[in-house]
Amino acid sequence: MEQENLTNEPERPNASRRDFLKQSGVLAAIALTPPVAIAAVDQGLDQKLATAFEQQPLRVQINGVAKQLSVEPRVTLLDLLREQLHLTGTKKGCDHGQCGACTVHLDGQRINSCLTLALMTEGAKVTTIEGLASGDKLHPMQEAFIKHDGFQCGYCTPGQIMSAVACIGEGHADTPEQVREYMSGNICRCGAYANIVEAVMEVKNKGGQL
Amino acid sequence: MKKETKNPAIDRVDGRMKVTGGAKYFADFDLPDLAYCVIVGSEIARGILTGIDTKKAVSAPGVVGVFTHLNMPPIPGWDMPVSGQSDGGKPKPATEETYRILSSPKILFDGQPVAMVVADTFERATYAASLIKATYNKQSARTSLEKNIEKQVTPKGGDYKRGEAEAYESSVVKLEADYKIPIEVHNPMELHGITAHWTGKQQLMIYAKTQGVNATQQAMAQAFQVDPENIRVHTEFMGGGFGMGLRTWPQETAVVAIAKKVGRPVKLVMNRSQMFTMVGHRPYTVQTIQIGADQDGKLVAINHAATAETASYEDFTEATVNMTRFMYACPNVSTRYRLVRLDRSVPIWMRGPGEATGAFALESAMDEMAHKLKLDPIAFRLLNYTQTDPEHDRPYSSKHLKEAYERGAEAIGWKNRKSEPGMLREGNSFVGYGMSTGVFNAFRWEASARVILSSDGSLVIQSAVTDIGPGTGTALTMIAHNVLGVPFNRIKVQYGDTSLPKAPTQGGSAIVSAVGSAVFDACSKVKNELFALALKDGGALAGRQPTELTLSDGVVAVEKEPGKKVAVDVLMKSSQLTKIEKDADSKGSPDLEKYSMYSFSVHFVKVKVNPLTGAVRVIKAVSVADSGRIISPKTAASQMIGGVAGGIGMALTEEAVIDHRFGRFVNNNLADYHVAVHADVPAIETIFIDKPDPVINPMGAKGMGEIALIGFAGAVANAVFNATGQRIRELPITPDKVMRKMV
Repeated sequence: MEQENLTNEPERPNASRRDFLKQSGVLAAIALTPPVAIAAVDQGLDQKLATAFEQQPLRVQINGVAKQLSVEPRVTLLDLLREQLHLTGTKKGCDHGQCGACTVHLDGQRINSCLTLALMTEGAKVTTIEGLASGDKLHPMQEAFIKHDGFQCGYCTPGQIMSAVACIGEGHADTPEQVREYMSGNICRCGAYANIVEAVMEVKNKGGQL
Repeated sequence: MKKETKNPAIDRVDGRMKVTGGAKYFADFDLPDLAYCVIVGSEIARGILTGIDTKKAVSAPGVVGVFTHLNMPPIPGWDMPVSGQSDGGKPKPATEETYRILSSPKILFDGQPVAMVVADTFERATYAASLIKATYNKQSARTSLEKNIEKQVTPKGGDYKRGEAEAYESSVVKLEADYKIPIEVHNPMELHGITAHWTGKQQLMIYAKTQGVNATQQAMAQAFQVDPENIRVHTEFMGGGFGMGLRTWPQETAVVAIAKKVGRPVKLVMNRSQMFTMVGHRPYTVQTIQIGADQDGKLVAINHAATAETASYEDFTEATVNMTRFMYACPNVSTRYRLVRLDRSVPIWMRGPGEATGAFALESAMDEMAHKLKLDPIAFRLLNYTQTDPEHDRPYSSKHLKEAYERGAEAIGWKNRKSEPGMLREGNSFVGYGMSTGVFNAFRWEASARVILSSDGSLVIQSAVTDIGPGTGTALTMIAHNVLGVPFNRIKVQYGDTSLPKAPTQGGSAIVSAVGSAVFDACSKVKNELFALALKDGGALAGRQPTELTLSDGVVAVEKEPGKKVAVDVLMKSSQLTKIEKDADSKGSPDLEKYSMYSFSVHFVKVKVNPLTGAVRVIKAVSVADSGRIISPKTAASQMIGGVAGGIGMALTEEAVIDHRFGRFVNNNLADYHVAVHADVPAIETIFIDKPDPVINPMGAKGMGEIALIGFAGAVANAVFNATGQRIRELPITPDKVMRKMV
């Protein structure tokens, strides 16, 4: 996405930073990157100023708490949760929607938070693994994972659990075969699959609150 | 200690942490002023970096530093002898090249770091990294093992021979076959990386993704010429390793150097593609097996040759051919192991390591030979069974493999197998049964542990060992419970930190044996002290003998007199003790050398093969482990089913493909490199022989992480043959290979 020479301006020493702002603008915020800001960066003003112009307001409810945030348009929901909100239960396994480790609920639907820009969650409700239990009382799926040893290293576990809860909610957990199919977006390299399926089927068959 | 009785299944002690998101992995620690590192990798596999333009990156917002070979801060220890593969100590044999990260414009492998960018946010570091432009003088890369096989070298340790080399040629029944294993990549779910924080001029805190915190501490101490005491490494939780965390990788050292230079903590989280080129892999290996037998099926000779790839800058070796030397009674055996140095990053042991590679070949060949001899594959193995190790001419410490064959055969329904292939159908699909044996050394390494019993009855176990997923913490809890009778919920395990007693690297299926023994010894010391307190003059049980006493649930009692007892807290308080703390260093007795110590497994599978597509599905799997006393049955069973899942991937889908025109991977991501997913893995039955090994350690436990995988791929290949009559000798067994033969 080369933006150079669009304006036929001569190269200036600090061109790259100006280009950067223009390119961020392409992503979402071009209208909010007025010429004055570009000029300010060109003149080497405080990077905090650049930061301010790169960020957008975001209102989102996370684990039942309303948040008013300021995030760059290119920040994924996954990195927002982990790096800015320190909700590190949600894991990064590939950053490409290929492994499911980052699965969270967006308005009750399971999504890959690595494929979701944070700004896309404006006005939505996000639930992460940290928001699944009620205080000290674990969610039935969490209990079932412990009982059936549905994990080993534990890294994919938050994603598996979030996915499993939604899988039942979607009505995709009628049989072990169906669970295997509809949980296949969540990779477990330790290979706890057989135990995970047992855990999901137990919760499904108990019909507990989800 | 109840070596004689089976252990109950208890929940994983860190389960709650793992289901709530509370378990902290290296990238989960928030540090003040944390900066983020992103690696820019080479786009060629061999050549010279002729230019690297970092100007735009340097002036991009938030950038703290951009490091290349032109400005990389020095790493003093790199002028010292090259560190060893896993422990930072052993010097290496010379190879043709030397690889030091960001120290030279020479490119030795695809993805080799050419720049490391540090910025105040991950996004800014990623963006700045995208602005870096590298130019290269590209040379043709040697990445194909077959095309370079004439340049093979003989690593140290070399060849093995017993009996007559010509025995194979003169055998009545002969089989010769070639087998191939592709590059497989560990791909733990957690991305590799490190967080480095210099808390003082000579004080370093590291949050690592390592299978051994002590090894990482040692490697960093050497690299930075800092007293190891001043380096703390923390890896309480590790999101899978499977071997890739068995050494300290150059980029880890580089991040530590960069963190020192920029004067703030730096976190590196690599991306998934980089997991294919910077943290090792299972090496591409070609093997030839020759088996000779007499007409009754008695083995006369086995010759096993393997050639594996390694890097131009380091010879990586593993025990690919070793199983052939001792698995079966056979008078004439030779093995040969060679390396070919390629323009590739260096391999590292991957679960089951070389033994899994070798077992695929040997156990496929055994199946082929059984078919040739018109013998049942189990009967053929039993005919050549040995209760003494023919390589070292000494007894196995314990071996219950016959029972494992029997129980596995029963569970899979082996009697339904037809000896002629292609005879069974379910619907339109061909159905077949296969089996294979696995074996791996049972080690007894040196380890330390500390236990602290408080007068309130709670117990803390401490060891630096990491728990990468096998359930180490749970097993140590069980061992302590068995010695001291402290209830499970009153035991806490602290591990994965160099501030705790030194432990070996989590690997080689050796940790329960090594660290478990140290915990056992430390607990025994506590127990002895409690007994001494009870028995001393004026003590509650004075006049008795220690052998008369029992300890359980906080009470010391005289075994045969139910009323005669004293509570532990009373005992401790009467001696003004608030806690009893004991350390133990544990290692095996020299007597162990009189035995060959191995864990054994048998894998049985039932497969379905679609005759139209060639797709193979494992529809039932039974894995039997003969690994001594099972300490934690629940987590051990998980390890076994995990081996099956890994084995299904190895057998059917896993292959990192190189385009040799460029020397680069074409499928370096989890969408194109297929590890087994939920839909690939059926319900699995795990069976434990669960008989204690009499010599290896006080618990009678042998390891099982490797044997869970070793042999599995062979069982699948054998089942595919039984289903279709098609012998696939190249992993993975993808539909194209099956169809090519079936059409």
